[in-house]
Amino acid sequence: MRPDAPVRVAIADYGAGNLVSIRNALVRLGAEVRVATEADGLRDADLIVVPGVGASAPAMARLRRRGLAEAIPEALRTGAWYLGVCLGMQLLFDRSEEDGARMLGILSGEVRRLTGAPRLPHIGWNQLEAVRPDPVLAGLPDHAPAYFVHSYAPIPEDPAVIVTRTVHGDPFTSLVASGRIVGCQFHPERSGADGLRILGNVLGLVAADRGR
Amino acid sequence: MLLRRVIPCLDVSDGRVVKGVRFVDLSDEGDPPELAARYAAEGADEICFLDIGAAPEGRGTMLSIVERTAREVFVPITVGGGVRTPAEMMAVLRAGADKVAVNSAAVADPTLLSRCARRFGRQCVVISIDARQDPARPGSWEVVVMGGRRPTGRDAIAWAQEAVALGAGEILLTSIDRDGTQGGFDLALLRAVGAAVDVPVIASGGAGTPADMVAALAEGGADAVLAASIFHRGIHSIRSVKAAIAAAGLPVRTLEDDR
Repeated sequence: MRPDAPVRVAIADYGAGNLVSIRNALVRLGAEVRVATEADGLRDADLIVVPGVGASAPAMARLRRRGLAEAIPEALRTGAWYLGVCLGMQLLFDRSEEDGARMLGILSGEVRRLTGAPRLPHIGWNQLEAVRPDPVLAGLPDHAPAYFVHSYAPIPEDPAVIVTRTVHGDPFTSLVASGRIVGCQFHPERSGADGLRILGNVLGLVAADRGR
Repeated sequence: MLLRRVIPCLDVSDGRVVKGVRFVDLSDEGDPPELAARYAAEGADEICFLDIGAAPEGRGTMLSIVERTAREVFVPITVGGGVRTPAEMMAVLRAGADKVAVNSAAVADPTLLSRCARRFGRQCVVISIDARQDPARPGSWEVVVMGGRRPTGRDAIAWAQEAVALGAGEILLTSIDRDGTQGGFDLALLRAVGAAVDVPVIASGGAGTPADMVAALAEGGADAVLAASIFHRGIHSIRSVKAAIAAAGLPVRTLEDDR
């Protein structure tokens, strides 16, 4: 694989909403993007993107039905990257308080409803406050604005995976990164130039890792 | 901290952006995706398309406008107008919209809100409420539908609460008395609805100056301000409105160039 070949992205399509904007954003950034509706679609992908809005239990049920719940962890074991957006980030964790769903369990922790929030859902632009440096944030100012639409967020067991926090009522984890896993509680594909930069950083990390 | 949003609204009819004064006297303002991209580049926090065309064949045109816009614009897109069923909402979301606003159809059948929220999540269900001050009862407002032409006898505050209880995740609140007048928002209406619900409220109807937008946020307690004509006609820019909001001490998203 030439190091400058486009990153091959598979977007997991399990019927949980808007794939259009994340696909458009990744295409704009030069990735080779396909939509995977079943396990076979993940083959040879450098990066698996799991988008999604809505509730965890129906999302997990659909991922299982399509064989993706097993195929995604398998692909990660063989070197693929994972980018989870919104619900796709929450699915990385063990379980959700929302409906008791058992999820992918790739990262340890539980998804809980935001606490102390003046209004829910948390809809709109809010700031990413870095708790540690990470290459995913390269080129972004601290407190970069990002677009959120959610009422729940994960509480990682291992604080080392937390890259940014965001304040809406009590602070919550808005970005995690660990090895080849990245999860955004916000929508980078809807966060203007700053969001595209985060996606570009992820694609750059994937490309560099592949060249190794 | 949650940032206040500035949202240009593009009223679309037969594939073109139009803006009426009090919903009549339409004048042609431009190509929707082109205008949307321009506003996003100027710092718009969200783009709102309202389909005000009456013709059913306009639905397909609207979907293709959303598709074209979603390829160029990387801020949230809200689409309203003409959605009557969860299947129609699905088509709009699939075209690339992030949120769908429903208005008359939800008044006619409020279960539309719960059915859409169950299927797509409440975060993408916006209840659009057109409200008119009730001359007989100061401090109360009546819901009107069909582009402001038909009174419903419903109390706007009670309808806002019912809509949220059914599954609306956000309220797009338009004062029909102020819409198109550029005479300032109905701050009492904003305060009354904001106090009655716990979801975000978008102020609409009456934006004339950046100071009006600041008042809607600071005094009206709105989470976002929406305007059409003042942006389309170049009377004020997204940037100047955001500068005024920042100067008033409210948190707002600034563009990279302005940091």
